[in-house]
Parts: sequence; structure tokens; C-alpha cells
Amino acid sequence: MKINMSHGSGGKQTGDLINQIFLKHFDNHILNKLEDAAVLDIKGKIAYTTDSFVVTPLFFSGGDIGKLAVCGTVNDICMMGAIPKYLTAGFIIEEGAEIETIDKIALSMKLAAEEAGVKIVAGDTKVIEGRGGIYINTSGIGEIAKSGISISNCQKGDAIILSGSLGDHHAAIMSERMEIENNIKSDCAPLVSIVKSLIESNIEVHCMRDVTRGGLATVLNEISSASSCGVEIYEAFLPISDEVRGLCNILGLDPLYMANEGKMIAVVPESQAETALHAVRRSKYGENAQIIGRIVDGSGVTMITTLQGSRILDVLYGEGLPRIC
Amino acid sequence: MKTLETIKKELKEYDGKNIKIMEVCGTHTSSIFKNGIRSLLSPRIQLISGPGCPVCVTASSYIDRLVEYSLKDNHCVLTFGDMMKVKGSKLTLTEAKAMGGNVKILYSPLGAIKAAMKNPDTQFVFAAVGFETTIPIYALLIEEIIKNNIKNLRIMTSLKTIIPAISYICVNEKKIDAFLCPGHVSVIIGSSVYSEMASKYRKPFVIGGFEGGHIIAAVYEIVRQISNNEYSMKNMYQSAVSSEGNEKAKALIYKYFEAADDYWRGIGIIEGSGLRLKAEYKDFDAGSTSSEDVDITPAGCKCTDVILGRIAPVECPLFGKACTPLNAVGACMVSSEGACGIWYRNCEV
Repeated sequence: MKINMSHGSGGKQTGDLINQIFLKHFDNHILNKLEDAAVLDIKGKIAYTTDSFVVTPLFFSGGDIGKLAVCGTVNDICMMGAIPKYLTAGFIIEEGAEIETIDKIALSMKLAAEEAGVKIVAGDTKVIEGRGGIYINTSGIGEIAKSGISISNCQKGDAIILSGSLGDHHAAIMSERMEIENNIKSDCAPLVSIVKSLIESNIEVHCMRDVTRGGLATVLNEISSASSCGVEIYEAFLPISDEVRGLCNILGLDPLYMANEGKMIAVVPESQAETALHAVRRSKYGENAQIIGRIVDGSGVTMITTLQGSRILDVLYGEGLPRIC
Repeated sequence: MKTLETIKKELKEYDGKNIKIMEVCGTHTSSIFKNGIRSLLSPRIQLISGPGCPVCVTASSYIDRLVEYSLKDNHCVLTFGDMMKVKGSKLTLTEAKAMGGNVKILYSPLGAIKAAMKNPDTQFVFAAVGFETTIPIYALLIEEIIKNNIKNLRIMTSLKTIIPAISYICVNEKKIDAFLCPGHVSVIIGSSVYSEMASKYRKPFVIGGFEGGHIIAAVYEIVRQISNNEYSMKNMYQSAVSSEGNEKAKALIYKYFEAADDYWRGIGIIEGSGLRLKAEYKDFDAGSTSSEDVDITPAGCKCTDVILGRIAPVECPLFGKACTPLNAVGACMVSSEGACGIWYRNCEV
């Protein structure tokens, strides 16, 4: 069955959609009360964020828009040293969308939320004219477990740890859109266990950032600018899978500028670099972590290439489009 | 045999006469930056980017025709990604799309066949831009259109051949000492053609691969030849480039296309430098480039000097000021293969 305008009317069909899909999957005692707002029990300082998800196609190798909507917000909360607790989910659905599709997306959100240890406690559904598109906004709250983590807090000498390989999400989406067959999967995943592991290991984390749109090069430039420091990384230490590298060579894309959805960097004091690396590596989704570089004097981001040349990395300009030859 | 480390050391410490090497192919330019090759060379060895980015040398009137098609009812323009941001006389395809124009990005020309068969009521125009590397695929596309009797797909070509352009530079630009020849194009056209060029213009022509080590090796060979007053063709990409090239691909090209004078953005008309659909295939032609094409060079834009290797991108007064990848004035700033865009993104300011 397809969504039509009456599913957004607030009447019977809206109620059915909420009951048969969202309550069924998101099921928790706060949401189930169906009050106008969720009432939450929160201790101390909170981290609070929001993000919207408009990805096409809705389903791709390694994930879907639902999983992305949960992990994206969860990861943003984690990067502030917070443990995510509650999410809200707003759906904007174009008429013509299959109800079965929405059910699959909601199920995927439930599974991702369970893995991340969060509850989806409030939501909203709107139906608009269109051609069956689905868009999701999530917002989330987490309890700060370690304060003082900030993009402007990086210190000279700090080590930069990258939690795993670059470019997988972007490459998976590109492959899907361009109907290129390969085994590349999106890395979409919650980073809660990596962050918990760093905090439990008493690492004095100075800064954490998930490496999403704009890619590693853009994130490192943001750090350089906010912390008024230089960043130096080593090409030889960057984890990039052979398949992603191959696809990039064909399409003229650069893994340093490609989006990831389950990767982060942690900037930690040099003295704790090895301990922190082990803490990340023993966490789920952190097995392939590497120390990729350090914070240095000066400004901007420099990469020492495998040939020992130096390459300055700027932020991403415009959209990364596949090239002609 | 010398190790890579020895070669790198010799190139860094080179103190002979100044050498200007033109890398003709945009993929080489890109790899030179990605590998930080310039930082590994003596200041006496200069690498200069040539006219090897097909997007950068396509006339603005060609873009205008694509924009016009994209905005027409029941029409759809199919293109590679980098054409999206090139400015015509007024609009880019990205801007046309935002105005409701129908533009789709493909990664393979053969995807056009699928699109046309799936949407029989839409008239598709494929923007076929490129050098010898991509032209055989356009020939295959025409073959598929004929085989499948597809009536709603035509191609609009802006196809260039590299040898007339290199010859033009050899004749008109005296400051280039040697050429790092395009690897991909050479796979198709072969290495022997450069042997004639080397003896005619008395300059080294070295074919190199695209990995950092390949480029270092090719530069080293050029420096060696110049230091010894030699000039010859050397194929250092033998794993992919043969003497005569890919005969099958060449036959396919000349089955459907024939040489013609063509317009190069920033340069003007170069004799015999384009490929056009033969008269018997004109039904598949949606308005290909010709010597009639025109180009509007924005005031102050030095794309011409950049493409011909007269100046480095940073020497253009608009570079990094009025002209950036987000607001490209000249075509060289647009493509991931364009010299200015590559220089800007890699902060060679």
C-alpha cells in the first residue's frame, strides 16, 4: 500500500501509521504514552543536536536512511564526550511512498537505536506531495561523560587517531547511484563503543570529530582553524580499502574528501597515543584504527605522501563529482 | 639500476640548466599534486600543466547548446560529472538544473542506452566530450544506438585529438623543453607518433604512468636526456602503451568519426584537431562542435596562457580571487583535471 495525503491528516490513517509502524518498532514506555512531548530523566550536563537525512537511494549496501538517521545523530552526540540517551524522529514522506518501505526503515532505526543504546521517545509524521521520497530528521540528547572535549582544544604534539578506513560510505552510495557492481559497503555505524572505551581508559581526549561530509581533509582543516594549529598526516598510515581506492581511481574521486558515516578521529596527548589506539582498536568498529598524524605548529593541513613529498590539503570545494576521464 | 631514493636525491639536488616540462594530461597534473612531486624536485625543474583536460578546452557555445536542450520540454541531457560546473556564456548545467533543466550524470556512456530505452518519450542528448581515451566508447555508443534502433538518443560531441594540440604548442610556444606525454591517450594512439615529434621538434617526449613513482621516473628520464643533449621518445609506460597503440579502438574511432578543424577554449581553432561524426551518421548528431564555435573569454581570464603553459595558474590575476572552484570564471578552474582547479585545491597560492 502507498502513502497518500490522508496519512498526514492527523486523523485515522495517521493514527494507524503511527501504531502499526512507529510504535511497533520504537516501542518504549516514554513514547508509548503518546503525550505531546516526552518527559525525560537526565543527569548533569547534556549534549543536544539535530540532523536531517535526505539520502537517495533509501537503501544501499551496508545501510539505509533509517540506520543513517540514528547513527548520524548518535555519533554527533558521542563526539562531545557524551553517551547518547534519547532521540526524536520526524518523517517527511512524499505521497506515493510504499508503507512497506517505511516499515523497513523504521525497523532499521529500531535495530540501530538498540545497538547504540538510545530510545526514540518522540516523533512526527508529515505527508507532502511528491514522488514517494522519504526524509528523516532526528534530534538527540546525551549525558556528558567527559567534559572539555572541543574542536578548539587540540594541543601541539597531540596524536591524531583515525578509527578505520576512509571513503566507504561515499563509495557505496556512488556505486549504488551509478549502478556499479562491487562489494563496497557503507560504514554506517554508531561510534558509542569507541567513545566509551576511550573515556573508560581515562584518555585525556582533547577533540573528537566524526568524519562525515567533506571527508577527513575538511575535518582536519576545521580542527586546524578552530585550534589555531597545523596538522600533519602521513599518507602511508591512512587506511583505505583496495576496492574504494580502485573506484576512486576510476571516477577521479579522492578518499580524503569522501563522506564516511561510521568513522571518527580522536585527538589525544602524545603520551597516551598508544593506550588510546588500543582502546579504539578493541572497540566495535575501531579494529582498523591507526595513528595517522599529529598536531604541529603553524596552520593548515599537510600530508606527507608515500613518496615523502608534501601535499597541502584544503577543504572540499563544491560537490565531489566523478570526472570525465 | 638506480633506486627510487637515489633518483629522488638526484632530482632534488639537480643544478643544471632550467628545465620546463609540460605534462599534457590532467590526470598527470592531479597525480603530481597528490603525490607532492613538485616538493621533490629541484627548483630548476618546472612542471607545467598543458591542454589535456577535455572539459577545460570545450567552447562555451557548446555548453550553451547543452543548457538549451536541458531546459526544453521532454529533453534530458546526459553528461559526465565535471561538465556540470563549466560556464557557458550565461549558465552552467548545474544552474540550468536548478532552474528545472533535466540533466543527469552518467559514469559510462553506455548508461545512455539504458536511460533512452527506459524513457522512450524523452529525447536524450549525450554530451560526448573527450580525447582519444574516451572516443572509442562513444563509437561503441553509436554502434549500440544503431543496433538497438534507438530513436530518442543523440550525441553532441566535443572531441579532440591531442597530437595537433601538442604540435601547436611546439610551434608556438618556444619555452617548453620537454613533454610528459599522456598515458591514457597513448594507450590508444601508441608511442610511435611521439618518435616523429621528438625528432621534428628536437625535444624529449616521455610517456609515463600515473603512480607517483612512474612520474618521478619519467621526469628523471627527461632530465637525463636534456643533460646529455638528447631528444627522443621514451615509453616508460610499456605495461599499457604499445608502439602502434590499440588498433581496434582506432579502427572503431575512424569508422564513425573523421578529423576536422576544431575550436579549443582559450586557444582558438587548431587545424585537424577535432573529430566529428561522419556525414552518414549525422542523424545521431545533436549539434557537435565545429570551427564555427565561439567562446567568450571573461575579462582578465588567463585560461589561454595557462592551457598553453605560458604562465602557472597562480600568475593569473583572477586566480584565487575572482576565480575559485566555487565561482569559476575560467574553465581550467572547474574540472578535477583542470590545472587551475588542481592548483587551487592543493593550495599552490
